[in-house]
Amino acid sequence: MSDFFQLVIAGLATGAIYALAAIGFTLLWQTSQTINFAQGEFVMLPAFFALAAMKFFGFPFWAACLTSIVVAVLLLGMVFKVVVVDPMLKQGVLPLVISTIALGILLKEGAKDFYSAEAQPFPYIFPDVMVELAGIRLSLSQVGVMVIAFAVIVALQWFLGRTRTGRQMQATAQNPTVARILGVPVERMIMYTFLINAGLAAMASLLISPIYLAKFSNGEHLGLAAFVAAIVGGFNQVRGAIAGGLLVGIVDNLAAAYVSTGYRQAVPLVLLVLFILFRPQGLLGRKEERAV
Amino acid sequence: MTAASKKRWLVPLLVLVAVLLVLAPVDLTGLGLPYPGLKRYGTYIMTLWLVTAIAAMGVNLIVGYAGQETLAQAAFLGVGAYTTALLTKAGMPFGFAFLISGVAAFAIGIVLGIPALRVQKHYLAFVTLAFAVLMWLVFRNEQWLTGGVMGISDIKRPSLFGISMRPYLHFYWFVLGITALLTFALWWIIRSPWGRAFTALRENPVRAESLGVDVRLYTLLAFAIGSAYGGFAGALYAPLVEFIDPNPFALAPSFLFLLMVVVGGAGSFIGPFIGAAIAVLLPEWLRFTQGYYLLIYAVLVMLMMAFCPGGLVGLYLRLVAMLRRQRVSA
Repeated sequence: MSDFFQLVIAGLATGAIYALAAIGFTLLWQTSQTINFAQGEFVMLPAFFALAAMKFFGFPFWAACLTSIVVAVLLLGMVFKVVVVDPMLKQGVLPLVISTIALGILLKEGAKDFYSAEAQPFPYIFPDVMVELAGIRLSLSQVGVMVIAFAVIVALQWFLGRTRTGRQMQATAQNPTVARILGVPVERMIMYTFLINAGLAAMASLLISPIYLAKFSNGEHLGLAAFVAAIVGGFNQVRGAIAGGLLVGIVDNLAAAYVSTGYRQAVPLVLLVLFILFRPQGLLGRKEERAV
Repeated sequence: MTAASKKRWLVPLLVLVAVLLVLAPVDLTGLGLPYPGLKRYGTYIMTLWLVTAIAAMGVNLIVGYAGQETLAQAAFLGVGAYTTALLTKAGMPFGFAFLISGVAAFAIGIVLGIPALRVQKHYLAFVTLAFAVLMWLVFRNEQWLTGGVMGISDIKRPSLFGISMRPYLHFYWFVLGITALLTFALWWIIRSPWGRAFTALRENPVRAESLGVDVRLYTLLAFAIGSAYGGFAGALYAPLVEFIDPNPFALAPSFLFLLMVVVGGAGSFIGPFIGAAIAVLLPEWLRFTQGYYLLIYAVLVMLMMAFCPGGLVGLYLRLVAMLRRQRVSA
């Protein structure tokens, strides 16, 4: 039984990271109808920014992490919006979808060709030592990951719900036309969403890479986890993405222990299919009218 | 240009294209023409282009006509390829295996489409994404059936009326014939009243629905038929390469199928052929760039989406319109 709890806690740790990626994905979908098929690559890449900062500029680890977040916010947030998304919005949804798929390929191949095709070890933010708590053996690094991820989530929830800018962002997501009439600077709010998405992806990247190693092909798994988390949680809100992320993380870790390694990856996908079959609006989502 | 004058050049053009395609790999120097024909590798590339174009036609029906996104065409190709490889190895005739490949892909399309299309736009994209990864896991892990990562080798090419399709030239003509049949079938589907509903659906779904088009049923059938084309393409792919393993049926190739259709021109009838030609030839042309060809391709796709979302066909139409306007003003 303690094995089971250990797995659940490890699952909450990875799940909290998936939640970060899923929240960003949901925010983008809500505020700008951008379905970012490159989201997995957005989570893969910042770890390479940090590695590059350490390797080529000799930065210490903490400075490399900060650099990585700043570079991610600029490149994957601002440049992504201005260069990739903005010119595409007038062309409709399909070109944008295709463009983010192409961007995903670009980032993946870029990381492979310009950094390395090999999995790179990534330093732990917290020492990877085991501690025992009430009969359950925990890795200190897992606890650290969980604390950071939850702190980010709580801060984000506070920001969205309690600050003026956050509420303006929510208004933009719910109804941009009315928000604009009420004097919300809609354009700036959409830009904030992109910056926040990139920041969340960078956090997720720095937290997940010690566990999975930094590899160019990680985006596929991470992207799938984020999509599944967002859909399972229900697309219309941030809370759904958190619940979905945690659920996917737990299921993922239990699958690693109890399902054959060959089909481990399949379990979250089966979860996705079950949700689409029986609860398409997701865990916390409201039923939405079919968009035509 | 009126419809009648359009028709007048269309038939000779089609005949010309057909003759060129049939003769492309043939050595004509014996007939006094300075054309040595394509070599073995060139003919293989041509055949691969036709097979890719069949699968791309299917994607075009789903994306360009029904307005949905599929991220699993390579997985359907895999379903067809493995089905054909296993059935022909078990001694079944190729024709039977070919049909079963298409029917299997069609049936899977129905099963995936029913729940996905119930929800909202883009859910089909996620469901097909999940399916593509699942199928790849099945191809890789079910060693007793698929040979796992070792794949299946020595897949025999069929024979037709006692003539073996084993020589590459024969097999090219065989694939060309089937491509022509499938192209005609799709053209007929799209031209039929039943198919015109697709166009109505893409142009204005609300209006189509109010005119009595069952949007969900039509979208579902478009997805299933498009997927069946993936299965047919896979049935030809297996004997073409004579060896299959899970790699060409993974998620990334499925993405490339979607990209090639949009690059060619989604919703235009010849778009998939152009897109497939580019997807097959670009790695050959960009061989000098070594590993960078996917990078270059991705950038080109993003540029094209920003400036010309209609794809190459759209670009061509825009140029023609521009030239005509100049001629009128001049």
